[in-house]
Amino acid sequence: MADLNVKLWRGDENGGELVDYNIEAQDGEVVLDVVHRIQATQAPDLAVRWNCKAGKCGSCSAEINGKPSLMCMTRTSVFEPGETITITPMKTFPIIRDLVTDVSFNFKMLKRVPALKPKPREADGTYRMYQEDIERGQEFRKCIECFLCQNVCHVIRDHEENKTNYAGPRLFIRYADLEMHPLDTNDRLSLLQDKMGLGMCNITKCCTEVCPEHIHITDNAIIPLKERVVGDRYDPLVWLGKKIFRKSKAKTTVTE
Amino acid sequence: MSDELNEIHSHDVVIIGAGGAGLRAAIEARSLGASVAVVCKSLFGKAHTVMAEGGMAAAMGNVWKEDNWRVHFRDTMRGGKMLNNYRMAELHAKEAPDRVYELEEWGALFDRTKDGLILQRDFGGHKYARLAHVGDRTGLELIRTLQQKATSMDIDVYMECKIVKLLKDSSGAVTGALGFWRNTGEFVLFKGKSFILASGGIGKSWKFTSNSWESTGDGHALAVRAGADLIDMEFVQFHPTGMVWPLSVRGLLVTEGVRGDGGVLRNSENKRFMFNYIPEMFAKETADTEEEGDRWYEDKSNNRRPPELLPRDEVARSINSEVKAGRGSPHGGVFLDIASRRSPEYIKRRLPSMYHQFKELADVDITATPMEVGPTCHYAMGGVRVDADTAASTIDGLFAAGEVAGGMHGSNRLGGNSLSDLVVFGKRAGEYAAKRALGMTKDVEVDQAEVRDAINEALAPFNRSQGDNPYKIQQEIQDTMQSLVGIIRNQQELEQAQVEIDKLKQRVNQAGASVSTRRFNSAWHTALDLISMITVSESVAKAALLRKESRGGHTREDFPKADPEFGKINHVVRIVNNEMTVTPEPLPQMTDELAEIFKDDVK
Repeated sequence: MADLNVKLWRGDENGGELVDYNIEAQDGEVVLDVVHRIQATQAPDLAVRWNCKAGKCGSCSAEINGKPSLMCMTRTSVFEPGETITITPMKTFPIIRDLVTDVSFNFKMLKRVPALKPKPREADGTYRMYQEDIERGQEFRKCIECFLCQNVCHVIRDHEENKTNYAGPRLFIRYADLEMHPLDTNDRLSLLQDKMGLGMCNITKCCTEVCPEHIHITDNAIIPLKERVVGDRYDPLVWLGKKIFRKSKAKTTVTE
Repeated sequence: MSDELNEIHSHDVVIIGAGGAGLRAAIEARSLGASVAVVCKSLFGKAHTVMAEGGMAAAMGNVWKEDNWRVHFRDTMRGGKMLNNYRMAELHAKEAPDRVYELEEWGALFDRTKDGLILQRDFGGHKYARLAHVGDRTGLELIRTLQQKATSMDIDVYMECKIVKLLKDSSGAVTGALGFWRNTGEFVLFKGKSFILASGGIGKSWKFTSNSWESTGDGHALAVRAGADLIDMEFVQFHPTGMVWPLSVRGLLVTEGVRGDGGVLRNSENKRFMFNYIPEMFAKETADTEEEGDRWYEDKSNNRRPPELLPRDEVARSINSEVKAGRGSPHGGVFLDIASRRSPEYIKRRLPSMYHQFKELADVDITATPMEVGPTCHYAMGGVRVDADTAASTIDGLFAAGEVAGGMHGSNRLGGNSLSDLVVFGKRAGEYAAKRALGMTKDVEVDQAEVRDAINEALAPFNRSQGDNPYKIQQEIQDTMQSLVGIIRNQQELEQAQVEIDKLKQRVNQAGASVSTRRFNSAWHTALDLISMITVSESVAKAALLRKESRGGHTREDFPKADPEFGKINHVVRIVNNEMTVTPEPLPQMTDELAEIFKDDVK
């Protein structure tokens, strides 16, 4: 088979450059295989994250010919013969080295999510939940935390300053998972609007497009959350209900 | 870049590994009031648990009310060919349901029955449909639920940190773990009163494996090098159904759920060959016609289970024999067919990840055509020898839970018993590690000279400017273990393996870091992983040579039958005066009350 021309971004926080590698093509490979073969034969110190190589762990996120993708789920057969494969690290996060970025922003935001507060069990000691009531939640919980949606979101991709007050699409589906959870009694809507920047999302759906799990991030999570916030704030009945039942309603706990 | 130690963290309980067992241990220890550190080699939430597919076994009786812990216990022991630590199997069967219910309370959304309870699916070796699951991504649900619970509990998580050595005080108790940050290459010392190994498996030492890069046996190696006992290292599970094509994904797991949900195995002659491989031990409860096997899915009371759902060791060996006999698929496996047996809608709903995986990686639509599958290295039954109730290892201050611990699964693990093992013994390890720590009054001491030695040892690959390529050595280890200590073994090959491993030990000591930077230097990381890989490889090969019988995940073509005398012993691996030794020791004896459960069985 013909050779593959690969450009890998090499460098660290002080800067770097695209470096050319030439390697024999092999049948049935994904981009991560090619990167591994380059690492094993030409660039042993190459920094790259990976774990499962099966699209299940979300470790090998990168930008391949400009498109945010998992390296383990991008087959080399999708490229034209002779086409150069250019692999760069995710742009939104600070560089550590080569293809490895500092994604700690996401973990910090996850730590600020108020936890599930489950309602009590039924009299027989069980929880009864029906399949149709959890299907939406199961869709959100497919998330493998590859952070490609965070990477592609314009609110933080082009505006570093927004990272202090904007959670991002991965977090919004986590909030939606909790808000729609049949057992949950906690309330996170004010936090979402006031501290997590839900209103800053202008639903361009870039996140949905790059999601390797095909989660409908915008339609099924972000838009319904926005509707709930609006309903919660401006619906006079909800407002009245909040005034009257304030004491019985679970208080939002924020860890910051 | 500093050769000095500039960072020290002190905690009551230090947990090495952030998969299901490590996280469940962390939650338990923290809830008892201990300060807890979780140290993991990858990012948080990427541990190998995430790849578990089919489900977690627990006799909740939601689908078959006849199910109970005794049936689960019996299935587990028979699956392990009675070599299991009976007390671990007993605790596991009794406690698994509560561990599942608590995950539900922490937010896990398991698939449901029509009545709104947790749905349970069929799996190999389990008499009743028993696996709580979420489609075919149960491991992700487990790890995410535990991760989210732990995140809400003020537990310190130290990510992308590799532990290179356990350090002991003058009394012989483990009091420290030295590691380095993969991002910076700087060293860090964790001081603690109790340490829990929850570092997973060893599968990276084989060429065709379902395991990720992390499964280098770090915990096994740390423990045995610190003086702890390992047991049952000869038992390595080859999962019967890994992908065989394309070559780049060879070994990638195809969940047993495919068979649990109706899939069958066929050879190149389109025969369901498993009917030719039903062992006597399971004959009484296995269907002998296709019709009976097919009826079983709907009516378990009047039919026996199909042979495709025999325990994994039986199915893997049978596939191996078919391929050897020339009845394999084009790429050297056999066919796993669910397309002709279930509707496309059913397959996509029950097995979404498998559908996705084959479509994206092999261009195969599993709702229309059969999959090609073959055995892949999957799981280490052997591991750190622990006390069943407390998860304590044989040295003070060190506990172990999950795949790194040995005993629970005997010579062969049943599918679905791993995720439940993680939470049952993760909780126990967390509890007893915390109790030990909270009961200690004096501060822990770490020997500075030992720290210095460990740092020097870890930096050695940088001193080998002409050092060998660590990836090349890694591949040689994998080739050696695959060809000489694989699914079918014999005396001559195992002896050859000892020779090769001795040579490879020298080679590991010549692996270089390639360049001088310590910042996320993958060559350096791989060079250090080799130390763990060669240590566990040696232990597996040595124990396998001594076990002159076939049982579970250890098959000897020169001793094809199980030997009752070997059924009475575990092989214990330890390092004595820098030499690895293997000693037979008697299996713990089951109580009469438990033995009663097996009185009518064919041995």
